[in-house]
Amino acid sequence: MLSGYTASELLSIFAMQGFAGLSLFSVFLLMALGLAVIFGQMGVINMAHGEFMILGAYTTYVTSNLFQAYAPGLFPIYFFVAVAVSFIAAGALGALVEWAVIRHLYSRPLDTLLATWGLSLILQQVYRSIFGAKEVTVILPDWMMGALQVTDSIEIPINGLIVLVLTLIVTVFMWAVMFRSRLGVQLRAVVLNRPMAGAVGINTALVDRITFSFGCGIAGIAGCAFTMIGSTGPTAGQLYIVDTFLVVVFGGAGTLIGTICSAFGIAQAQSVMEFFMSGSMAKVITLLIVVGILMIRPQGLFSVKVRK
Amino acid sequence: MLELRKFKAGYGESVVIPGMDLSIANGEIVALLGRNGMGKTTLMKSVMGVIRPLGGECLLEGEDVTNLKSFERVRKGMAFVPQGRMIFGSMTVAENIQTGLTVTGEREIPEDLYRLFPILKEFRKRRGGNLSGGQQQQLAIARALASNPKLLLLDEPTEGIQPSIIKDMAKVLRQIRDERGLAIFVSEQVLSFALDVADRIVVMERGSIVYDQMRDETDANVVSGFLSV
Repeated sequence: MLSGYTASELLSIFAMQGFAGLSLFSVFLLMALGLAVIFGQMGVINMAHGEFMILGAYTTYVTSNLFQAYAPGLFPIYFFVAVAVSFIAAGALGALVEWAVIRHLYSRPLDTLLATWGLSLILQQVYRSIFGAKEVTVILPDWMMGALQVTDSIEIPINGLIVLVLTLIVTVFMWAVMFRSRLGVQLRAVVLNRPMAGAVGINTALVDRITFSFGCGIAGIAGCAFTMIGSTGPTAGQLYIVDTFLVVVFGGAGTLIGTICSAFGIAQAQSVMEFFMSGSMAKVITLLIVVGILMIRPQGLFSVKVRK
Repeated sequence: MLELRKFKAGYGESVVIPGMDLSIANGEIVALLGRNGMGKTTLMKSVMGVIRPLGGECLLEGEDVTNLKSFERVRKGMAFVPQGRMIFGSMTVAENIQTGLTVTGEREIPEDLYRLFPILKEFRKRRGGNLSGGQQQQLAIARALASNPKLLLLDEPTEGIQPSIIKDMAKVLRQIRDERGLAIFVSEQVLSFALDVADRIVVMERGSIVYDQMRDETDANVVSGFLSV
C-alpha cells in the first residue's frame, strides 16, 4: 500500500496525517480525561459523555452566531469565550444530572449505565428539536482559518495548533487540580477508599458532584475543539464515545500519563492509517492491536505500583 | 465526652449490638476487649457513622450525632483509625495526612504530628502503600490526629504489628492523650496492650458489655477468662 509514493511524498503524508491526528488526539484526550476522572471517582460509566461534548460544540456554535450578530467587532476572539461558556454549560448540566439522577444510583453500576444511556438519547432528541437534524458548521474567524506552509508539500492548519495548545493547557490544569490542590487530595482519597475518606472528614457526596460536573465541563471543552475537526450534529457524540472508552481502558485507569499516551497512540494510528485504507479498516486494525495489548497487559499501559 | 444510650447497631436485619449503654469521660482512655465476632468492629464503625446505627442514641459532648454522616462527625471532633489501617495506598505519606486536614482548612501539616512520628517526615514523599505495617499504623494515627479530634477511636491497632512496637504504641497513645487532652476509645484483643494503655477496661460479649472496671481495679485473670476461647 505504501508503493506508488516517493519517499518525500510519504514524509509529507505522514507529517500532515500526523498533524491531523494531533487534532483527533486533542479531542480524544479531553474526552478521556473527563470520562476517566468520573469513572475512577464514582465507578460511573457515563454513556452520555459524548452528548456533553456535543453540548459544548453547540454552545460554541451559538456563541459564534451571537458574536456575529451582536458584536462583530469581537468576533475574532469569540472562540476563547466559547471555551469558557462551553465548560460552564456542560459542567452545570453535569451537576444537575448528578443531583437529579446519578447520586441515587451509586453502587448500582448497571443502572447508571442504563440511566446515562437514556440520558444520551434524551439529549440527542433535545439537540434535534432545537438545532434540527442537519449538521451545523461553526464559522471560524479569518485568523484561525489559514495554514502554516512548512515546506512545499507540508501545511499545518492554524486551528489545529490552537486546539492542541488548548488541550495542553487543560491537561496541565487537570494535573494541577489532581496532584497539587486540596480538592485533588480529597478526590483521590475518595477514589481509593470511599468509606475511609468519609471517616477522615471528607464530604464524599460533595466531592462526587464537583468531580462529575468537572468531568462533564472538560467534555464541553472537548466539544469546542471538536467543532474544528468535524461538523456538529445531534448524534456526532456517539461516534466518539466508543473510541474514548478505548482510550481510557488502554491507558490504564487512574493514570494521567497513561491516558495521554493511549490517546496519542490511538489517534495517530487511526489518522495515519486512514490515509492508506478505508476508515473502518483503520479502526479494525487499531482495535485488534489494542485488544492484543490488553490481553497481555489487562491493567492497561500504565498502572500505579504499590504493594497490596 | 461520648455517651451511648440503648445504642443499637448491625447490618440490616442482623443486629449485632442489641442495645448498649456506655459513657466515656473527657480525657479518658477506654480499652474495649472481646473475642473475635463479639461486635467490637461493628460498634466502632457505627459510632463513627461508617455504618448507620440502627437505633438508640450516640451523644458527643451532649450533642446528638446518631444520624450524622461520618464526615460530619469528624467536624464535631471524632477521628477514626480503622482495623487494617486503611491508609490511601497510592497517595504519598504527606497527602495521606492532608486528607485529615480537610475539616480544619489548614494546608500545612502541623509540625507536632511529625514530632510524634519522625519516620513520617522522613518518608513523607513515599507512597503510603509502600510503608511497613507499623509505619502505616503511625500514618493512620497521624491522619486521624490531623483533624484535631476530641475523641479518637482506634479499632484493633495492634493487629499485625510486631510485639516490640506494640509497647511503643501504648506509650505514644498515652503521650497523645496527655498532650492534647483527648479521649481515646480503643478496641483490642491483646490484653497486655490494653492494660498498658487504658485507664479503664471494658469487655464485650455478644454485643453487650459484661465487664467494666478502672484499670487499677482490673483483675487480669478475670479479663483473660473472657478472652480465652
